[in-house]
Amino acid sequence: MKLLTPEFGLLIWTLVAFLLVFWILAKFAFPAIVKGLKEREESISDALATADRVKAEMAQLKNENEALMAKAREERAIMIKDAKEASDKMISEAKDKAKSEYDRIVAEAQQAITQQKNAALTDVKNQVGNLVIEVAEKVLRKELANKAEQENYIMQLADAVKLN
Amino acid sequence: MAFKSVKFLLVAALGFSSLLYSGKTIAQENHKEATPSEANHGEEKKEGFDAQEVIFGHVLNAHEFHFLDLPSGPVTIPLPVILYSPERGFTSFMSSKFEHGQAVYEGYKLVDGDVKAVDVSGNIDEAVTIYDLSLTRNVVQMILALIVLVWIMLTIAKKYKGGQGVTSAPKGMQNMIEPVFTFIRDEVAKPNLGHKYEKYFPYLLTVFFFILINNILGLVPGTANVTGNIAFTVVLGVISFIVITVSGNKHYWGHIVNPPVPFGIKFIMVPVEILGIFTKPIALIVRLFANMLAGHIIIICLISLIFIFGNISTGIGWGFSPISIGFATFIYLIEVLVAFIQAFIFTNLTAVFIGQAIEETHHADDHHHEVAGGEKVTTAHYDDAIIL
Repeated sequence: MKLLTPEFGLLIWTLVAFLLVFWILAKFAFPAIVKGLKEREESISDALATADRVKAEMAQLKNENEALMAKAREERAIMIKDAKEASDKMISEAKDKAKSEYDRIVAEAQQAITQQKNAALTDVKNQVGNLVIEVAEKVLRKELANKAEQENYIMQLADAVKLN
Repeated sequence: MAFKSVKFLLVAALGFSSLLYSGKTIAQENHKEATPSEANHGEEKKEGFDAQEVIFGHVLNAHEFHFLDLPSGPVTIPLPVILYSPERGFTSFMSSKFEHGQAVYEGYKLVDGDVKAVDVSGNIDEAVTIYDLSLTRNVVQMILALIVLVWIMLTIAKKYKGGQGVTSAPKGMQNMIEPVFTFIRDEVAKPNLGHKYEKYFPYLLTVFFFILINNILGLVPGTANVTGNIAFTVVLGVISFIVITVSGNKHYWGHIVNPPVPFGIKFIMVPVEILGIFTKPIALIVRLFANMLAGHIIIICLISLIFIFGNISTGIGWGFSPISIGFATFIYLIEVLVAFIQAFIFTNLTAVFIGQAIEETHHADDHHHEVAGGEKVTTAHYDDAIIL
């Protein structure tokens, strides 16, 4: 039957056509397409891997940043606390120092005042003594100007002296 | 992976069986109707609708593209006839010189579509051997299809070389071919051939696209039935046979000449295995041929039914035409599916057969354990013998 008997010409042409097409496609078309697809698939998988890695790195960075932030906050708190303590201390020290200085100055001033007062009193006493002596001298001089009185007075003195 | 291939085979089998089924019912209908029509035909030859001639005229190869018959004569595109005969040498002329079988030209005549040598008195001269290398409609259509295929592939390859589709998204025709490409690679080549797939990948792709483009172009009304011609499938089958046989490794051949079965069964199994080498490509050849031919025949039969009924009565012819067109449309759509399925099956089975031929021993071991069951120890023993 004609349907089932292969024609010679068609066999030859099909064979030639297949081999030719196979040669052309396998040489010029398929390698480029296969290579292109492979490269794209690789670049996509690379890109995905990179994205994952970057994501992980980002997460890590974020964690690190947060840790750093927390640490910084803690340090700031400590520093503020220290500073406050230091300033308090300085203030109280200064106050103490000022007080002791004030006490010292007051004490010195009092001492000086006392000294000067004593000196002034001594001076006053001396001058009063001198004045008394001068006045007494002047009074004595006046009272004992004549001779009778001088003898009277000596008599008086002599009377006062009890001779035992 | 295995599950997937089973699924594909199921889909293919379903498509195929539904086609067979519908084919069978329609063929039966056709047969019922064809018998009276044959009788009618015998009685009323002048009514002039010969279903057999129409059907075979449609599915067989020819020396011209025949579109329709007008009262003034047939409308055709003549094609070049190239003949070689050892007695007469090369001859080449256009097929229009034959005047559709009416005329003798340079000592050749067209008899039932075949070129025959005739002697001076016009009688067929059987003594002259003719090698008909004509560019028949199948050849011309195949060449056109392949030009389209090569053009598509080279255009795409150029795009990939230029970086389109590599560093950027694929565009246009790349999107059409790329899924098929990756499908053949991931579902056909890799599961069957494993890490050696790259060596056979261009061949598998060529086979697939070669069959597919000819299947599709053959579906355009008025074109030739290229893939449903036995010569076409024989060439592809023989090439598959050569590839499978050449790829066969020691294990494959060892299996054939010394199958891992008990001694007594060897005498049966060796001839069966040797037969199996040839039945595989023959199955490929017949499957593609029969499927594509059947599709074309069913469609042309359904259309012919209108005219067969029309011969009985014009009214019945008109009345039957919607049913006929409906069925033909249905089969046509199935044929579009079949065009892809058959290209896939041919490629997939070729890959499976190559896979069997290049299979390493340990896979075969598993296979035998499954098949042989109780003979486990024995088969293992024989496989060891083969390795040694």
